[in-house]
Amino acid sequence: MDARSLGSSFAPREAREAPGLGGPSRWRQRREKLVEAVVTLVAFLGIAALALILVFVAKEALPLFLDTEAMKEVSLSKLFLPQVVREGRPPAFVWQPVSEVPKVSLVPLLLGTLKTTVVALVLALPVGMASALFVAEFAPRRLRVWLKPVVELLAGIPSVVLGFFALMVLASALQALTGAPVRLNALVAGVGLALAIVPVVFTVSEDALSAVPSSYREASLALGATRWETAFKVVLPAATPGLVAASLLALGRAVGETMIVLMASGNAALVSASLFDSTRSMSATIAAEMGEVVVGSPHYSLLFLIGVLLFALTFVLNTAAAAWVRYLNRRVGVAT
Amino acid sequence: MKHARRKLVGGVFTSLTGLALALILSMLFLIVFDVVRGGAGTMSWAFLTTAPEEGMTRGGIFPALYGTALLTLLMTVAVMPVGVVTAIYLHEYAPKGSRFAAAVRVAVVNLAGVPSVVFGLFGLGFFVSFLGRSMDRLLGGGLVWGQPSVLWASLTLAVLTLPVVIVTTEEALRSVPASQRLASLALGATVSQTLRRVVLPAAAPGILTGAVLAVSRGAGEVAPILLTGAAYYLPELPKGLSSQFMHLGYHVYVLATQSPDVEATRPLLYGTVLALLGLTVALNLVAVLIRARVRRHGRADA
Repeated sequence: MDARSLGSSFAPREAREAPGLGGPSRWRQRREKLVEAVVTLVAFLGIAALALILVFVAKEALPLFLDTEAMKEVSLSKLFLPQVVREGRPPAFVWQPVSEVPKVSLVPLLLGTLKTTVVALVLALPVGMASALFVAEFAPRRLRVWLKPVVELLAGIPSVVLGFFALMVLASALQALTGAPVRLNALVAGVGLALAIVPVVFTVSEDALSAVPSSYREASLALGATRWETAFKVVLPAATPGLVAASLLALGRAVGETMIVLMASGNAALVSASLFDSTRSMSATIAAEMGEVVVGSPHYSLLFLIGVLLFALTFVLNTAAAAWVRYLNRRVGVAT
Repeated sequence: MKHARRKLVGGVFTSLTGLALALILSMLFLIVFDVVRGGAGTMSWAFLTTAPEEGMTRGGIFPALYGTALLTLLMTVAVMPVGVVTAIYLHEYAPKGSRFAAAVRVAVVNLAGVPSVVFGLFGLGFFVSFLGRSMDRLLGGGLVWGQPSVLWASLTLAVLTLPVVIVTTEEALRSVPASQRLASLALGATVSQTLRRVVLPAAAPGILTGAVLAVSRGAGEVAPILLTGAAYYLPELPKGLSSQFMHLGYHVYVLATQSPDVEATRPLLYGTVLALLGLTVALNLVAVLIRARVRRHGRADA
């Protein structure tokens, strides 16, 4: 018997409201119903919170599309297409929202987010997944019990501390290593970000790998495969849904992470493909500029629009991850 | 011969995965080592109990500690009832195959994925601008609630940590054996009596873990409170719920990036980071220990 959903599945509704009950019992029934109603109502708050986040972040961005004053400063072409910034110069992407003539191209910020995120994923995905494979497949059992909580301690370190570490230690070390002209750049921010997302990749991947039935391993070993061949060609493919989920979660986290990029990227909104140039991400722009912005100005609304973009991006990633995992689970036939 | 080569290749790749793990562990060690080495000299009772002096180039971090404690206390008071009750709904009340319960789950998963800075925007747009200004208009006492404050910041963090509490509480409820619920119901207890007297006491350590993890998360988040109430420097402690506050994490950010004299504030910066890191790591360790104990006891009961 499944012990879940006691309130509604243990007895049919009519039986719980037996008509012949006397005063105290009836009172008890009413109280039970009231408790259930309150509990259900509170559970609704989770949905309400998500809806309110979207509504209220979008609401503050809305003037950009309705207010005639704001529409003069900001339009879709100004946000995404190159604009003539100075007479006689070729059109360019420039983010300078508080100058005499505001320049509001989102392209430098999108590029900044892209660069730091790619660096972080390129580092964190292989390292996190390889470590998960080691812990799940090769580490001695007694060691394994300790390794997972220790790696998860890294996840408990606040991002502002990781940002501080990137700013004070990593930046100097990486500059000495690469000879970059500026100390704070996309590479430093990316490495800092990698520290924040590697525990996510590790934990989710390790769960997926551990969930692969041991009969798979036994069959592979019995056929004469080595332990590495078993891990790499049998266990890893069977855990694909979990590994994909880990990657998408890490991607969402890297795109939204704020403090590390704010502290370690240098925050110059440049359009440059080089990792050694200072860069500015979408999230860091919100955090850096919201403090000085005039409430209700087009610039204020723009920062909320960036927030809507971040929200939409992570929402799509999360939904895609969930759907993809469900699809692969059905195909591979392994419950993760 | 061929088998030996396959074994060798396997050995090499296995060592590479071990190396990856060693890399993560050494970075963790490096962070902790650097912070402890840099901050140990500054850390003292006086540092923790005095206010910053001379434009934050000397003195301690007491207002930031106080602000962090007040913030996380308010946050916990707000998030625990909602989170625990939501988990109770999902695990104990929701009918099988309920669409509403599925929707709540989807919402919780997505809530966990929303970037923290977007929570900050939400707090600013909803709590400060909408709720706060509406309250000011109703109460008519001028601008009191319609500005960033410790109340709005803590409520913002409560929404942010809601998924942590829900997920850990549900895990705790799952660990209570079905037989205990059945026994209680068979003795004539109602569903809510069973919950209050049997299920919740058994799940209490797990729920506590959720609270500790939420506090740890809430104490370390800076981006949301940056927009909803944290102050750069305040000469006085917050007087009420509508005051702004200083915060350890924000203090780290300020000292690290806005200091006029980096060398002079360096010891203070390291000391503050050590305090923040010590706080969050200690909370996480407590959570790990409670969890390990619960798992051992859970197995003995089953």
